[in-house]
Amino acid sequence: MSRGHLSLWQVFRIPLVIAALSLLGLVVALLGDGVWDWIGAAALGVSAAATVWALVARRR
Amino acid sequence: MKASTLRAWSWAHKWSSLVSTLFLLMLCVTGLPLVFTHEIEEAAMHQAWTPAHPNGPKLDLDQVLAAAMARKPGEVAAFMSFDEDRPVVNVTSVVPGKSGYSFQPIDQTSGDPAPSVAGHPVMEFLLQLHTDMFLGLPGMLFLGAMGLLLMIALVSGVVLYAPFMRRLPFGTVRAHKVARTRWLDYHNLLGAVTLAWVLVVGVTGVVNTLATPIIAYWKDTALKELTTAYDTPAPIAARSSLNAAVERAKLALPGKQLQFVAFPGSTYSTQHHYAVFFHGDTPLTAHLTTPALIDARTGRLAAVAPTPWYVAALSLSQPLHFGDYGGLPLKILWALLDLATIVILGSGLYLWLVKRGTLK
Repeated sequence: MSRGHLSLWQVFRIPLVIAALSLLGLVVALLGDGVWDWIGAAALGVSAAATVWALVARRR
Repeated sequence: MKASTLRAWSWAHKWSSLVSTLFLLMLCVTGLPLVFTHEIEEAAMHQAWTPAHPNGPKLDLDQVLAAAMARKPGEVAAFMSFDEDRPVVNVTSVVPGKSGYSFQPIDQTSGDPAPSVAGHPVMEFLLQLHTDMFLGLPGMLFLGAMGLLLMIALVSGVVLYAPFMRRLPFGTVRAHKVARTRWLDYHNLLGAVTLAWVLVVGVTGVVNTLATPIIAYWKDTALKELTTAYDTPAPIAARSSLNAAVERAKLALPGKQLQFVAFPGSTYSTQHHYAVFFHGDTPLTAHLTTPALIDARTGRLAAVAPTPWYVAALSLSQPLHFGDYGGLPLKILWALLDLATIVILGSGLYLWLVKRGTLK
């Protein structure tokens, strides 16, 4: 394998943040109704938003 | 990473995925409409209905049970559950020794049948396919094994992500390159963003496939200890009042919500007890179930069975798998992430076919 440009941290930091927010969202929506559900959906929704962002901004 | 290590992870990713992909695709495709079961059944089955005596007195549970069982001669009651938004009691009964259930919604003000608001045949078909492929317990356990392969595919996928992404910023899609490169980028992007959700839905799905052995183990251990004093089943003629049993159980668990009753001899009870199940009244405890066991002969409280950790884990695995606990926004996300998973499975299969030269 040739040496790459990015460190492991650089490769995994964004996926890690998305995974942490997703887990947070799944749990928060379980803890309560109403505003808890919206916070939970917003946190889990970061995964969908990041996909749309990548498809638009990271297209080459 | 050494080339040989990389090859081993690559082998694990390829085979765990290839063996499970068709089944996972089936689960994703059937799971998509199942997320919206409540909405679909409401739209397809809703009919205007009012109870016979909206302001009249309600029948007690013994009267409801008698009315329901009179319509099903030869069957015995297995479960009784309660609608939240209408005065309807649902009685599930079985022919002893046979599989398959009769489900009767009963108007609690008259004892007459009420229209069903759940259990649309198409949704029931999809649910059965999704749960066990019509193969019963072996089918469930087989799909659980496919879920374990999914776990291997996820872990190996994360490991393989690093060497592929060393030169590419997160989310890069090389849209002008050949299809193989483009689809590899989609596969990596969608895999990276959906990882946590797929992990949670996968693990809780596996736990749900173990529902039958988990409940059986509970009955054979903790519940058995509570019921060693009883040696003969309680036949129907020897049973005390169901209504009194439920009222007694409510006294034992104040502040909790009545969920359902399991009759003696049914899956969720012993041979000797009415098992009266309650759930909490906060969103978190709503998924945690506690049964009070009432001696079916005497009507006395036998025990409030504490919920062991593995039953609590099973209870929590249901909302986290179904996605039905956070309103419509969460369901829509469930559907989007499910669609993304279908693309990951499809692109993975495509990449394998291209690599081995089947597709150009």
